[in-house]
Amino acid sequence: MADFFETFADALPQLLSGIKITLILTVSGAVLALALSFAFGFASRSRSMFVRGSSRVVVEFFRGTSLVVQLFWFVYAMPVITGFQLDDPVYAGIIALGLNYGAYGSEVVRGGLNAVPQAQWEATIALNMKPLQRLRLVIVPQAMAEMIPPFGNLLIQLLKASSLVVLVGIADLSFEAEKIRLNNATEATAAFSISLVLYFVLAWLLNTGMRAWEGHAKAKLGRRVPRKRLLQPVGADEGGVA
Amino acid sequence: MSWWNNEAALELLPLLLEGFRITLLATLLGSLVALSLGLVFAFIERTAPEYVRRPVGWVLQFIRFTPPIAQLFFAFYVIRPSLGLKLDALTVGIIVLGVHYATYNAEIYRAGIDGVPKGQWEAITALSLPRNRAWFGVILPQAFRRVMPSLGNNVIIMFKEVPVLSAIAVTEMVRVGKEFTSQHFAYYIEAFTIAGLIYLAASYPTSLLMRKLEVRFGN
Repeated sequence: MADFFETFADALPQLLSGIKITLILTVSGAVLALALSFAFGFASRSRSMFVRGSSRVVVEFFRGTSLVVQLFWFVYAMPVITGFQLDDPVYAGIIALGLNYGAYGSEVVRGGLNAVPQAQWEATIALNMKPLQRLRLVIVPQAMAEMIPPFGNLLIQLLKASSLVVLVGIADLSFEAEKIRLNNATEATAAFSISLVLYFVLAWLLNTGMRAWEGHAKAKLGRRVPRKRLLQPVGADEGGVA
Repeated sequence: MSWWNNEAALELLPLLLEGFRITLLATLLGSLVALSLGLVFAFIERTAPEYVRRPVGWVLQFIRFTPPIAQLFFAFYVIRPSLGLKLDALTVGIIVLGVHYATYNAEIYRAGIDGVPKGQWEAITALSLPRNRAWFGVILPQAFRRVMPSLGNNVIIMFKEVPVLSAIAVTEMVRVGKEFTSQHFAYYIEAFTIAGLIYLAASYPTSLLMRKLEVRFGN
């Protein structure tokens, strides 16, 4: 057991440098995905059939093909076509994660917007609000309360999916753990156990943060969430990272 | 189209389809594990005493919150040798994916069982049906109807996740494409575009079918 703790201490710094990449991928991927979710979510409600149709095609495309394939495509195939080499495959990873989860997130945005009662839209028109005011002051705050829990699920999935970049050789947390094993097979147990625990802690922190945000968003609408529920894990109905 | 080489594409296609066979096999067996083990987890969470349920719940939450790749490495390089198991990579992969998705399916089953109207339970008591009959004759058939679309979605999600098995050198479709491109230092576009299209061709019709099921079984 003493050995375990020794290798534990050896492995930790390397794993922490991997965590940095994992966090960069997760945070940047999530920001890109959030922006795309709203863009595609609103596009799917557009009056123009062209806008609706093309957003549908893009969303179905990114949901229908595996994230791993997209990742390979952005890392290996895109530079050949565009002749444009990204400085760092991490960017390609962020783009693939952002597009894939943006496609999933657009369904969440669509559902959230649909959940706002029609009367609220009518009220904003009756009050003579400008289009942006309608969204900012009335529609989005209400839709947001519905959207945060599924967004929380997607965020955890995105964190887990960021580990897929191992397959294209980006040095994230899983990659560093695998590297430790390749250097010294006896450290495999420590490296992989720590990496699992680190992922769990990250996921738990993200989950708690999203719960707090949900409570905040609902409190603003005058709907209190019981404190106990805020500490519970997000309901896991659908799995998967791909 | 100077960046597309038809001959390479034609050479790749049968190789990729061969890899796709492994992908399908892993999806099929992995889903079987996930569907049956998920039901076991759901039963434990529902019927086991508190001191069993709690730790099981923690373990399930831990599995849900950690990525399959990290679990795959752990299972393949830590659990497998320490138990002295002689399993090949594909088997380990199928078990890991199966267990990962079983934790999600457990939640789906739980929600489905909770969704069976209370009157059905009262009817079971009124008719004093035996326990087995109550579960297999009354509750589960109704629960299954509700959970079919969600379970189906998880099968599709797992299908798209199978390429992670290439991390422990299972030669599924993406791995085949990767090996081909690194032998030739070329044909990246052909390999990964065809692989993507094969995925799309398989998963899009299936997801349409799931949507139909969802409408039919009215969730």
